[in-house]
Amino acid sequence: MTAADQGTGPGDGSGARREAITRGDVVAWMRAFAAAVARDRDHLTELDAAIGDADHGINMERGMQAVLGRLDALDALGELAGGGVGELLKTVGMTLVSSVGGAAGPLYGTLLLQMGSAAGQASELTLADWASALAAGVSGAQARGKAELADKTMIDALVPAAEALQAGAASGLSLAEALRQSAAAAQRGMEATVPLVARKGRASYLGERSAGHQDPGATSSWLLLHAAATALPAGLAP
Amino acid sequence: MKKLINRPQDVVQDALAGVAAAHGDRLKVHTAPDSIVRADAPLRGKVAIVSGGGSGHEPLHGGFVGRGMLDAACPGQIFTSPTPDQVLAATRAVDGGAGVLLIVKNYTGDVMNFEMAADLARDEGIVVESVVIDDDVALQDGRHTAGRRGVGATVLAEKICGAAAERRRPLAEVAELCRKVNAGARSMGVALTSCTVPMVGKPTLELGPDEIEFGVGIHGEPGRERRPAASAHDIVAALATAIVDDLPFGRGDRVLAFVNGLGGTPLLELYVVYNELHTLLASRGIVIARNLVGSYMTALDMAGCSITLLRLDDELAALWDAPVVTTGLRWGA
Repeated sequence: MTAADQGTGPGDGSGARREAITRGDVVAWMRAFAAAVARDRDHLTELDAAIGDADHGINMERGMQAVLGRLDALDALGELAGGGVGELLKTVGMTLVSSVGGAAGPLYGTLLLQMGSAAGQASELTLADWASALAAGVSGAQARGKAELADKTMIDALVPAAEALQAGAASGLSLAEALRQSAAAAQRGMEATVPLVARKGRASYLGERSAGHQDPGATSSWLLLHAAATALPAGLAP
Repeated sequence: MKKLINRPQDVVQDALAGVAAAHGDRLKVHTAPDSIVRADAPLRGKVAIVSGGGSGHEPLHGGFVGRGMLDAACPGQIFTSPTPDQVLAATRAVDGGAGVLLIVKNYTGDVMNFEMAADLARDEGIVVESVVIDDDVALQDGRHTAGRRGVGATVLAEKICGAAAERRRPLAEVAELCRKVNAGARSMGVALTSCTVPMVGKPTLELGPDEIEFGVGIHGEPGRERRPAASAHDIVAALATAIVDDLPFGRGDRVLAFVNGLGGTPLLELYVVYNELHTLLASRGIVIARNLVGSYMTALDMAGCSITLLRLDDELAALWDAPVVTTGLRWGA
């Protein structure tokens, strides 16, 4: 099943890109993220081996496989399509919390859980709603990990991405363009972690020796935002 | 990589099945979510103690479940903290109405997962206290890092708090004892070789044949510095000096000296280390009143050791001496 299949929802018949995000889009986003994590598993683990404990790719892959399993189970029950976007985000968050472990489990889990809470019961979210939900999720992850910008963590990719998305929504960008700019901001944030000295997580034990390495958490966060940019606007109305 | 395993991704599950097969008479082993629980839990009116962390440090924590020590242990994947639902399930399983103490080693993942579990347990009306152990002196500057790591003092805290809980001391007192042990203990380790995580398949730490990593963490994370290999005498002098100067321990202090193997070092060498430590502390007027020598908190197959010193008073010494019946520690019963 492709991202486009999953992302296709009921259209408006105009052939234009939809400007709202549905549960189907969230499913497409998670499948795209799972595929990216599986593809880059060894890369994430190698980045982690340099400054951490060499398990980030393994843990994220295990978590996203569990998410895929959960989505398939919901699909089999016929419960994937109906209901609110927020509820589905929370399901994904709980699955990550209970399957990833390490620091990434609570952090990605909290991100998705808080996004879900902010998204509420709506069955469709506008770009502005989605940007607010992402911002809420990022603040949740930041509070959980008590990290500041430039601590060399996933926050360095997530905060600029959430800010870019909100700026895009405020300036009237299309959903697709706003998501692209958000992913680009995440990429810049990720690349900017290279020279930083880590102040959180196991990398911080290295002190100055952590400089010169890209943060694995910021890298998986970029994959998450990049997956959003590729999967979410794929929902071309039929 | 040569290891006595089947599929790398199955190591933890296969080992838990082994624990169940070997010790099913005294331990209940639960899977999905994973925990090792005292067979007689929950005990009415007794504070329950739950700990856990990534697997690969055995006998910590599962080997310390039993009378006089832990009520439950939550094993995560190798070197990966357990998840909140694991800790929550274990907490529910052992709560005997007197509350539950969570003993957490200070690693980012462990702290967050246990925090989430404590929140969930409190939502269910279980009284929970949480104490974070951070005794590793290898990290000198705690302000710009995730803080000092929890290492050898964890074993001592689990033993001492377990004895206090067995004597039906209330939760607040058991938690306070845990903080007291953490405050009075300091540790540091050295790696002679790296460990190899089964799922990774190659050594975590690149150590040359004549190099040692000073202040290594229990996952093979780098420590204070890389040094040339040296004699046991010189290595112990450096470790012990860093530990003694940090608290600091002084003339007349009575201590528990814990020489811990990291998984790949023979007991013979640990006694060589203990002998050096004994001589050095004696020369500084520090009295070893209790000791523990062996591999109790390991880092898979890493060769090396850690030293932990705990300042003892009569209360801590008596709780240390109290009976304990676990697969990892057993005396007085």
